[in-house]
Amino acid sequence: MNDIAIELKGIDKRFGLVHANKDINMRVRKGTIHGIIGENGAGKSTLMSILYGFYQADAGDIFVDGKKIVIRDPNAAIAAGIGMVHQHFMLVENFTVLENIMLGAEESQVLNAGIAKARDELRRLEHEYELEVDPDAVIEELPVGLQQRVEILKALYRGADILILDEPTGVLTPAEADHLFRILEQLKSQGKTILLITHKLREIMAVTDEVSVMRRGEMVATRTTAETSVGELAELMVGRHVLLQVDKGPATPGEVLLSVENLSVRDRRGVEMVKNVSFDLRAGEIVGIAGVAGNGQSELLQAISGIRRAVSGKVLLQGEPIHVTGTADPSELRHRGLAHVPEDRQQMGLVLKFDESENSILGYHDDPKYLNGVFLNIDAIRKDATDKIDKYDIRPPNPRLKTANFSGGNQQKIVLAREMERDPAVLVIGQPTRGVDVGAIEFIHKRIIEMRDAGKAVLLVSVELDEIRSLSDRVLVMFDGRIVGERAPDAGEGELGLLMAGVEDSKEAAQ
Amino acid sequence: MEYFDTLIVILQSTVRVSVPLILAALAGLYSERAGIFDIGLEGKMLAAAFAGGAAAAVTGSALTGLGAAVLVSVCLALVHGFASITQRGNQIVSGVAINFIALGATVILGQAWFRQGGRTPQLSGDARFTTVELPFAAEIADIPVLGSIYSDLLSGHFLLTYLAFMMIPFTWWVLYRTRFGLRLRAVGENPGAVDTAGISVTWMRYRAVICCGILCGIAGAYLSMAMTAGFVKGMTAGKGFIALAALIFAKWKPVNVMFACLLFGFLDAMSIRMQGNELPIIGVVPVQFMQALPYLLTVILLAGFIGKAIPPRAGGVPYVKER
Repeated sequence: MNDIAIELKGIDKRFGLVHANKDINMRVRKGTIHGIIGENGAGKSTLMSILYGFYQADAGDIFVDGKKIVIRDPNAAIAAGIGMVHQHFMLVENFTVLENIMLGAEESQVLNAGIAKARDELRRLEHEYELEVDPDAVIEELPVGLQQRVEILKALYRGADILILDEPTGVLTPAEADHLFRILEQLKSQGKTILLITHKLREIMAVTDEVSVMRRGEMVATRTTAETSVGELAELMVGRHVLLQVDKGPATPGEVLLSVENLSVRDRRGVEMVKNVSFDLRAGEIVGIAGVAGNGQSELLQAISGIRRAVSGKVLLQGEPIHVTGTADPSELRHRGLAHVPEDRQQMGLVLKFDESENSILGYHDDPKYLNGVFLNIDAIRKDATDKIDKYDIRPPNPRLKTANFSGGNQQKIVLAREMERDPAVLVIGQPTRGVDVGAIEFIHKRIIEMRDAGKAVLLVSVELDEIRSLSDRVLVMFDGRIVGERAPDAGEGELGLLMAGVEDSKEAAQ
Repeated sequence: MEYFDTLIVILQSTVRVSVPLILAALAGLYSERAGIFDIGLEGKMLAAAFAGGAAAAVTGSALTGLGAAVLVSVCLALVHGFASITQRGNQIVSGVAINFIALGATVILGQAWFRQGGRTPQLSGDARFTTVELPFAAEIADIPVLGSIYSDLLSGHFLLTYLAFMMIPFTWWVLYRTRFGLRLRAVGENPGAVDTAGISVTWMRYRAVICCGILCGIAGAYLSMAMTAGFVKGMTAGKGFIALAALIFAKWKPVNVMFACLLFGFLDAMSIRMQGNELPIIGVVPVQFMQALPYLLTVILLAGFIGKAIPPRAGGVPYVKER
C-alpha cells in the first residue's frame, strides 16, 4: 500500500446539468509519471481541480500516502504536498520571479525576513532540479518556457511531492516541450510523483510510466505505457477507431492561384521575420509550411492575408496583384476569394463574447444575404448558422450560445465553417487543430482535403509535423524566415526535422 | 521679500488643500491596487464630513467626530465591497450610487437634525481640531527664509495634516515591504494566482476596501472639522474626483500620489489667490479656468507626457473561479 501516492475513490462532480466526473477511481504510484489523457471536456481538468482543492467533489474520497484527507481549498492541497502547474499560468505578470514564488508562502508579516531565506531556498531548488531562473526577472519579460519553470518552482518551494501539470505543452514550442520533459524525468528521479494531463498521445508515449484514459467524465482504462500503443489509447479516448493517417487520393494540381515573390516581412519590433520568400500555390493542392514556431510562418500568413504590411515583394492572387506592401486589407482579399483561418482563433478568429451565429458571419456581415436594408437580418443569420452547425457537426447545436462556451474544437469548427462555406479560391489556414481534440481533428482534416479535391488551393501552416506530413501534397520548410527546402510529404521525419533545425543539406546529414 | 512671503502663503495653502486629496487618493490606491475601482471616494468623503461635523457638534468632541466619520465611511466602503466583491456587481455603478446617496442623505439628515439649511452647527473649542506648533517655531520665526519656511510652512498645521503626509511613506512600506501589500498588489493583478496560492481573494479585497474607507473617513473629517468649522452641503466639491485623477496621474504609486496631489493643490491655491487679481499681459484669468486646470492637466499629461498609466490588470473585474 505504501507505494501509492494518491488514490481517488468514487469521485463524482456535477456542474448543473453537466456531469463532469462520474465515479472516478484512480491510483497513482509513488515516484512515477502518470499520464491522464482524454479529449477536451472529458473531465481531466475538473478532476485535477478537485485534487487541488479548487472545487469540492460531490462525493468520493481522496487518499494521499494511504491517509484519507479532505481537501477544502488549495491550502489543504499544499499542506498535503500537492502542487499544481495550471494550464494558464497563475503568475502575477508584473511581479518578479521571487515575489511570485513567495506569494502565499511569505512566512512573516514583513517581507524582509523571508526574502533572504526564499533566495537561498530558490538557489537550492535550482541546483537540485536544474531549474535555473533569475529570481529578479519580471515575469512578463520571460519566455513562456521559463514562466512555466517558475510555476514548477512555486510548487516545489511549497514542498510539493506530488506535481500536477495541466496541459503543460499547449503553449510551448517543441524544443521547450522537450526541455520540460527532461525536467520531469529529473523530478521523477528525485522521487517526486508527477501527474501529467494532456490530450497529446505522443507526449504520453514519450514520458509517462502509466496512463489513465478519461472519456466523457468517466475513467475508462489505466494502462502501463510500455504495454500500450497510440492506436489503443486513441481508441479508448474517443470510444471508436480513429484514423490517424488521413485517407486522401493523389493531388491534381491546376493553375497557379496564389503566387508569392520575394516577400519580406518585419514583425512588431522591426526584426525581419520573413526573408525573400517565393513560392506558388496551385488549384487542387495543399502546400504545408513546416517549421519550429517563431521562424516567420506567422508573419508570412499575416502578410498574405492582409493583416500585416510587408516590407517588399509581390503576391498575386488569381493573377491579380495584392498590394501587400501597402493598402491590402483582409476584407478586400476575402471578396477576391482568399479566406483566412487565423492561427489564434480566440484572439483573431472569434469574438468570444458574441453568440455562435454572430461569429459565423464575422467579416462577412456586409453580405446582402445577411442584411435587411441597414439592419441585420437575424432570421437569415440564424438559419445560415444552423445550416453550418449541421454540416460541421458543431456541438452543442445552438446558434444562440455564447462562443466562449464552446470547446476548443468546436470553436475551430465555427471559424472553419465560416471561411470554407464562402467557397474561396484560396484557403490560408494557420494551426488548424491546435488545442483541438482527436475526434474533431479527424473531421477538420477531412474537410481540408475535401476543399483540395474541390479544386481549391490550400496553404497550411502548422507546428505539428505529423499534420503537415499527413495533409500536404508538398512540404516547404521554413527556418529563420527563409524557405530552406521543399520535400515530398513522405520524406523522413528525421530529414524534415533537420531542415527545420536549419541544417541545409539534410539529405546528406540524415544519412 | 514681498514675493517670498506671497510664495510662502500660497505654499501654505497648497499644503492645506492637498491634505484631503492625499488622503482620498491613498484611499483609492488601496482599493484599486486590490482590483476594486472606486469612483465613490467623493461620496464617502462627503458622508464622512457630515458624520464628523454632526457628531462633533452634538458631543463637543473632535475625536468622537473623527470616529463617527471613519465609521460611516467604512460602512459605505463595505456597501461598495458587498456590491462589487460578494455580488460581483459593476463597480462603477456601485460607486456612482454611493456618490448620489451621500449627496442626498447628508442634506436631508442635516436639515432634519439641525435645521440650518443642510449645514451642521459651527464647531468651536474641543469640537474642532486645532493646529499644532512645532517646537521652537516662535523662536526662529525671525530668521530670514529658513525661519519663515519652518514656522510658517512646516509648523502650524493640524495633526491630521502631518498624519496625511506620514501616510505616504507608510503606504509605500505596506505595499512593497509587507505580506499584506504583496498580496494586495497580487490580487489586483491576477486574483487567480492569489486563489491558487491558498489565499482568500474575497477577504483580501474586503480588507483593501476597509483601508479605503478609513482613509476617506479621515479625509472627510479633515474637511468639516479642521479645514472649516462645520459641514456645508456638497463641501467636497469634486475633491474625490480630483483625487481619482491624481491617482491615475500618479500611476497608482504612493510617492507619485503625493506629488500629484501637491500639484493639484498648488493649482487650487493659485486659483484662490488669483481671484480678481490681474496678471501682467494676460489680464484677469477666469476662476473657472483655474478650477478646470487639474482635469485639463491630467488629460494633457496622460495623453503623452508621462507615458501610459496602466491600471491594475484585474481592476474592475469581479473574481469568478473559472470552470
